[in-house]
Amino acid sequence: MTNAEELICRTRELLKEHPPAGTARLDFLRARFDAGLAWVHYPEGLGGLDAPRSLQAVVDAELEAAGAPDNDPRRIGIGLGMAAPTILRYGTREQRQRYLRPLWTGEEVWCQLFSEPGAGSDLAALGTRAVREDGSSSGTGGAGGGGDWVVNGQKVWTSSAHLARWAILITRTDPDVPKHQGITYFICDMTDPGVEVRPLRQITGEAEFNEVFLTGVRIPDSRRLGAIGDGWRVAQTTLMNERVSIGGMRLPREGGMIGPVARTWRERPGLRTHDLHQRLLKLWVEAEVSRFTAERLRQQLAAGQPGYEGSGMKLAFARLNQEISGLEVELRGEEGLLYDDWTMRRPELVDFTGRDAGYRYLRSKGNSIEGGTSEVLLNIVAERVLGLPPEPRTDKDVAWKDLAR
Amino acid sequence: MTDLLYSEEEEALRAAVRDLLTDHCAPADVIVRTESDAPHDVRLWKTLADGMGLAGLLVPEELGGQGATHREAAVVLEELGRAVAPVPYLTSAVVATEALLECGAGDLLAELASGTTIGVLAVGLHTAPGAGFPVVRLEGGALHGELTAIADATVADVLLVPADDGGLYAVPASATTITAQVSLDLTRPVAHVALEGVRGAHRLGDAEPAVRRALHAAAGLLASEQLGVADWALTETVRYLKERKQFNRPVGGFQALKHRLAQLWLEVVSLRAAARAAADALATGEDTDITVVVAQAYAAPVAVRVTEEALQLHGGIGMTWEHPVHLYLKRAKADSIAYGTAGTHREALAGLTGLQAP
Repeated sequence: MTNAEELICRTRELLKEHPPAGTARLDFLRARFDAGLAWVHYPEGLGGLDAPRSLQAVVDAELEAAGAPDNDPRRIGIGLGMAAPTILRYGTREQRQRYLRPLWTGEEVWCQLFSEPGAGSDLAALGTRAVREDGSSSGTGGAGGGGDWVVNGQKVWTSSAHLARWAILITRTDPDVPKHQGITYFICDMTDPGVEVRPLRQITGEAEFNEVFLTGVRIPDSRRLGAIGDGWRVAQTTLMNERVSIGGMRLPREGGMIGPVARTWRERPGLRTHDLHQRLLKLWVEAEVSRFTAERLRQQLAAGQPGYEGSGMKLAFARLNQEISGLEVELRGEEGLLYDDWTMRRPELVDFTGRDAGYRYLRSKGNSIEGGTSEVLLNIVAERVLGLPPEPRTDKDVAWKDLAR
Repeated sequence: MTDLLYSEEEEALRAAVRDLLTDHCAPADVIVRTESDAPHDVRLWKTLADGMGLAGLLVPEELGGQGATHREAAVVLEELGRAVAPVPYLTSAVVATEALLECGAGDLLAELASGTTIGVLAVGLHTAPGAGFPVVRLEGGALHGELTAIADATVADVLLVPADDGGLYAVPASATTITAQVSLDLTRPVAHVALEGVRGAHRLGDAEPAVRRALHAAAGLLASEQLGVADWALTETVRYLKERKQFNRPVGGFQALKHRLAQLWLEVVSLRAAARAAADALATGEDTDITVVVAQAYAAPVAVRVTEEALQLHGGIGMTWEHPVHLYLKRAKADSIAYGTAGTHREALAGLTGLQAP
């Protein structure tokens, strides 16, 4: 086990051998990964040192103080938050060696090919087919013989697909068994022929998401993650980490969406009304409580306690973001009638603070849909945290091919 | 950053208090007691105070107390809230104690800490920390006046009475006329106090800072009591909805109800963080003003909403006298007025954060 002092020592060694001022950004990030200081809780040789996760903060603080470059975690969030933990848990030795380093340094961006037009909240209903070239794809279990997989289907709401080198992909490999059992998980090369990415313009005017069409895409079996037919279980790791990573940022007071609206309130007394004042104060209180709740969750996780609060944080953030940004549009009065820019753009990341109130209002509508709708999350809380009876499942024992679509 | 978790010692304290309350404060008994002339459970109070030393948590050891902090007191209040225990803990061990600490009134503090004396601050329960409060007249060395909405006054041995000379006076309850008012909250009843020429009252110190400090701590720690009330209401409702069957299935399996319960859970989880933050801020003295008003502005609506939902989701039985949910609803609603409403605290927040009204 590694303690804080050792980590500080190692970090200083890294800084000495690769002074940030005289080292290219990518070279520094690679060296940091190789020193085990990328994500200290990962295994040795894979960017970590098998250290407690909470000690990452010690390393980050040292590096920040030294002005070292970071790996731009916002831009590569899907890789860091979803692909990496899944590859770590289910990947082969070769897969971990191949993918984790460029994933962490940001050299290779990842996207997530999960949702489909007919499979959003009911993700396990997905219909994108993967067929083993020699036709031996049915049945579950071991690798078996055979050649590449051929994938056909359509995915949707894919952030970063236009930037991504790799994708985590779930497919239907056995239509004759119930929907959760016939799914297999792959790593898909986004540069392969047959992968077509089309921008999907959103209500904000920009195309942050994409549709991805997969037509005869060949994936070698060596890029399968987990066993054939076990894709749903593998996907659970991805989805669990997705929800944990949302709301994981530590914010100062007024650090979230409430910040801009509070500043506007202070700077422009002419906009103030009594109704808006009441609503602003109420939301300010909720934003502050939400901050405490997120902090309490982090402290629970650091202390090794299960933090059920995580399931709720995304719900809270979604509602708060929507209410606060809605209030802000009203507060601006005449300006609220305007919008900064409807130009169709393809941004690298969601930039809430760099845009105006109207953008924040419209974009935050997605917060209660993406990464699990609020309704699905409420079911999860009710069933897994409160132990209430599950929704009746009429499709549980029916072969996927026999389900109504 | 604030420590928002419970320490092992705090969890041990919680377990001890909860065990005691499970054995000695059953909801059915609390209901029976509310119908008697003596709604307070003085025996339970003695056990908490003498047996466990809880009355002196906030009092330094050299003054006969436990030398603990607001964090521990908050845990006790959570458990007392969960049981709607009819004991004067908040009023005597927190509010009166804080006032006496401000005045440096050692002897009386020691008596309160030991639990042999119950002290009550003679300021209306609804008074917010920054608000003005009625005072009695000091004329020719005697105190005259009437005070209302004084919580737990009917079991008090001593009243801490602010007078118009700016002083805070210790007045033996026996020297006053205390009349119980018919109260919304049956488990923390309020009373009318009349002073008709009380002579020889001991002047403890200045009333203004003492009252302000007492109400500030009360508002911060009340959030923990509200957490206990809300947590009980949610837990009981979830339990009930798993058992109660209609349309041949547990009612708790219907999505319309599951979503309501999940939403309540999220609010209770958030309330826990807010209440812990306030307790920790009071204990450390860091960032206390904002944290206390935030906790109190958040806690009251949540506790009221969760108990109201508990009543609704219990169906017909929720409206009955025999089911304890009404005790919790009454406590939650009274607590939403105690030490300032949520709206009053939001107004205070506006001043603290520079978010001024139009």
